[in-house]
Amino acid sequence: MSRAEAGRGRRKPVLDATLRVRVNGKEVARRVEVRLTLADFLRDHLGLTGTHLGCEHGVCGTCTVLLDGEPVRSCLIFAVQTEGSDVTTVEALAEGERLSPLQQAFTDHHALQCGFCTPGFLMSATALLEGGRPPSDGEIREVLGGHLCRCTGYQGIATAVAAVARERREAARTPRRRRAAAPRSSDRS
Amino acid sequence: MKPAPFKYLAPRGLKEAVGALREFGSEAKVLAGGQSLVPLLAMRLARPSVLVDLNRLRALSFVRRSSEEVTIGAMTRQREAERHRVVASKVPLLGEALRQIGHPQIRNRGTVGGSMAHADPSAELPAAASVLGASFLLVSERGERVVGCEEFFAGYLATALEPDELLAEIRFPVPPPGTGWAFCEVARRHGDFALVGVAVLLLPDGSGGCAGARVALTGVGAGPVRIPEAEAALSEARPGDGGGCAAAAVEAASIVRGAIDPPSDIHATSDYRRQLAGVLVERAVVQAAKRAGIHR
Repeated sequence: MSRAEAGRGRRKPVLDATLRVRVNGKEVARRVEVRLTLADFLRDHLGLTGTHLGCEHGVCGTCTVLLDGEPVRSCLIFAVQTEGSDVTTVEALAEGERLSPLQQAFTDHHALQCGFCTPGFLMSATALLEGGRPPSDGEIREVLGGHLCRCTGYQGIATAVAAVARERREAARTPRRRRAAAPRSSDRS
Repeated sequence: MKPAPFKYLAPRGLKEAVGALREFGSEAKVLAGGQSLVPLLAMRLARPSVLVDLNRLRALSFVRRSSEEVTIGAMTRQREAERHRVVASKVPLLGEALRQIGHPQIRNRGTVGGSMAHADPSAELPAAASVLGASFLLVSERGERVVGCEEFFAGYLATALEPDELLAEIRFPVPPPGTGWAFCEVARRHGDFALVGVAVLLLPDGSGGCAGARVALTGVGAGPVRIPEAEAALSEARPGDGGGCAAAAVEAASIVRGAIDPPSDIHATSDYRRQLAGVLVERAVVQAAKRAGIHR
């Protein structure tokens, strides 16, 4: 096989591409430059400005979004890399005017002041709280450690996340007691 | 803070990937997790004309175990490796090193191979690879080759990888049962690169003593640094030396302080790093000895 034949059909490097991705449950397709970061795609192309940009090199954590359910820095991923994936941003947390339990806990526990870092904290903590077993205080601190808050509100943030974790633990305990009374055949735990 | 324009290719298979590297290797950068490369692009410290993105190569994401080795695919996410039960049970030192990298949000994306190929002088994984005696499978259209740490880590941000070569997997020999291990580091903030990191393996001789030792450091040279003199001192520690392994740890620390010539930068002076290296060696040896049941 000649080199020309070997090269036939081989895809070439491109400067722009059509991206298809699900953002907050909605399919979107856009033509984008390959050098466009996911953060800039969300903000400038989709108008989802809830995702903030601080340092733009992966240190501050405010641009954190969920990529297929896992928190990642959207400034360190190119939009084209999310082809076929699910992206979740802070806009997806509240249902209309009703805040998510975590957002409500942030309000209740004074977990934000200027609010610039908040979207990132919310996304990381949301993933942590949805990862099955409610997290320990140590696990909460480890994950929050990936974010900077310059209003120095860390304690309030940790308290808010721990409060939701506690609610989840208590909620998990209650139905189990009820289930214990039910016939064993229906007990799937 | 926007990358300069580049062309992008995301191969679907290893063959296409090495083909792309043969064609564009000298002007291309390989994109793995992107947690180091994308900041370099954003700050325009790197301006490759082509990016070859390996994130579609599912075949390079795995943790496999044989009787003698744990093999990790280069594109395995650090978070996945750190949570893998084979890593926890067979090469726990590697698991500990992984947990010290950045933050969970970084490790969700960062890859085991990416960290090795980037070869940052303060990175955790090269020191872990060095102390465990890992080897690296490099693949190109010309064929495959396997190189050890001494050859792979070739200096400051440099590896043995040729422009047309790809790091496909990293093979970690499984230490003998009962081996003591420790990975200790100090960073200015949790999640930062280490000012100094120390990895220690201690092999028990079966009667409460030490049959062999390995010591590797990060943050004190151009790449991971092994200290054979400290390893020899630890292996030769005998009962009656006074103080048992605590005394051996102090001696190893003193040898390490004398053997290294760490850099000064905005994060720490050379003297501070040298002092820190000693403290961490002592700490790591004591911790490893405890885990190995070495008491004399």
